[in-house]
Amino acid sequence: MHTTDTFEPKRLLAADPAIASRLSARKAEIDAGASISARTRAGLAMGGAVLATAALAGDVFAQGGLPSMVVDILNFALTLEHLEAEFYVTGVGTSGLIPPDMRAPFDQIRKHEVAHVAFLRSVLGSAAITKPTFDFTGGGGAGTGPFADVFRNAQTFAAVAQAFEDTGVRAYKGQAANLMGHNDVLRAALRIHSVEARHASQVRRMRGQKGWITGSQSGGLPDGAQGTYKGESNRFQFILGQADSNKQAMTEAFDETLSKDQVLAIVAPFIAGGR
Amino acid sequence: MTQTHRLMTQTHGGAEGAVPDTGIGSPWGQSNRREFLVLAAKGAAALGMASTMTGCVIAAAGTKKLDFRDDFGILNFAYALECLESRFYTKVCEAPPRDLRPGELQVLQDIRDHEIAHRRFLKRSLQILRVEVPMSVWPGIDFTSRTSVLNTAKTFEDLGVAGYNGAGTRIRLAEFLTIAGKIVSVEARHAAALRDLLNPNSRDFAGDDVIDEMGMDRALEPGEVLAQAQKYFAEPYRAVGL
Repeated sequence: MHTTDTFEPKRLLAADPAIASRLSARKAEIDAGASISARTRAGLAMGGAVLATAALAGDVFAQGGLPSMVVDILNFALTLEHLEAEFYVTGVGTSGLIPPDMRAPFDQIRKHEVAHVAFLRSVLGSAAITKPTFDFTGGGGAGTGPFADVFRNAQTFAAVAQAFEDTGVRAYKGQAANLMGHNDVLRAALRIHSVEARHASQVRRMRGQKGWITGSQSGGLPDGAQGTYKGESNRFQFILGQADSNKQAMTEAFDETLSKDQVLAIVAPFIAGGR
Repeated sequence: MTQTHRLMTQTHGGAEGAVPDTGIGSPWGQSNRREFLVLAAKGAAALGMASTMTGCVIAAAGTKKLDFRDDFGILNFAYALECLESRFYTKVCEAPPRDLRPGELQVLQDIRDHEIAHRRFLKRSLQILRVEVPMSVWPGIDFTSRTSVLNTAKTFEDLGVAGYNGAGTRIRLAEFLTIAGKIVSVEARHAAALRDLLNPNSRDFAGDDVIDEMGMDRALEPGEVLAQAQKYFAEPYRAVGL
């Protein structure tokens, strides 16, 4: 049988699965607003087959179909990853915003968040939500929220980044137990969770904060961002974990969970529509 | 009094003073006494189950055997890693390298305190199911050298992250999985901070050497982690159930 063009990418992807994620990541980046040349834009039509194949590769992950609870959790994660990816793609792409010493870290974070979007979309396939529209000023679509200068002021950009990362860590952590029994999905979620924690640490340190959360301190974020840190002062852990004599260390040493509803309430001001 | 009963009593007693916090992430936070007792019973039931399954561990504590067929093998494995880390940072902070840069000792002291908190938490949680951890040895580590100390710390934190990530799918009790998640993200925060001290303002805090094309961190099977950590323990661990 004659091999059609449609099947060529599949061979390519079989040879190097990383290509699928790279291509898929680039597509997500473009969807998130990355500037592309007219030639690239024209070429994307041709790329459609490759990306469709990438999505097919992702379907292997979901063999047998995912239960609706898992789909809901993955779409919840996808919402957060869309938020982060578009935020960093926009920020890194805004000339004059990010100072030289923060450029490499923020670009690395951008790369990861875009990859997370691509991964979650490939796992969810047709069940994936469409990307919401965002208001990174935190104004719920009005564009006049407390972070009005988010793409003009590096300190504001970093502050919002910290809130997103610290929230993301808690969001994934809060869903881990709900993914028990779905080992492929759980393992992927755990592996993303620790990357978000690395991001959080780096962003916090670039802001002059410790990489870890002391008590429920937000580290100079506006009052409206306090939800991200609510409950972080907890010093009592499950079973026999009591308060350690070193109270500060006990709050720093354990990151806390947030429920889906708590997370959605925290990010609501940043979502303009489409959710 | 059976072991399970004794554990339940201890569990209950241990948490008496633990109720007032309103932390939302805590099982105690929003729970009333009844909910707490349900959790405690679950934990005790799991302990009871484990004590049947791994009776040899209890009978022969100190045999340095990790049985990965139940959650308590995994918790003991985590306990061993936390012991290793807390001993390392304690030794570092007792006589820090002279070439540490400003602020770096504070980072190492913070991490030391976190690892001690993790170790104490796990020690209390394991009670009689705790497997004694061998003495630590420090092959190839120069405690007078900033570079050696920070690179060793980085290795331990990255290994810890990969270890918790890899063990996650083996955990059967949901509360333990959540606890592991609460610890691993702090280990990841440590790893990122140490990596940034070694190569500031670079991509290394979440470098391509540990994060793959999908933006995912490493996950290592317990056996692999044990193999890498073994050289820091004076006696070998024996892993079963892998």
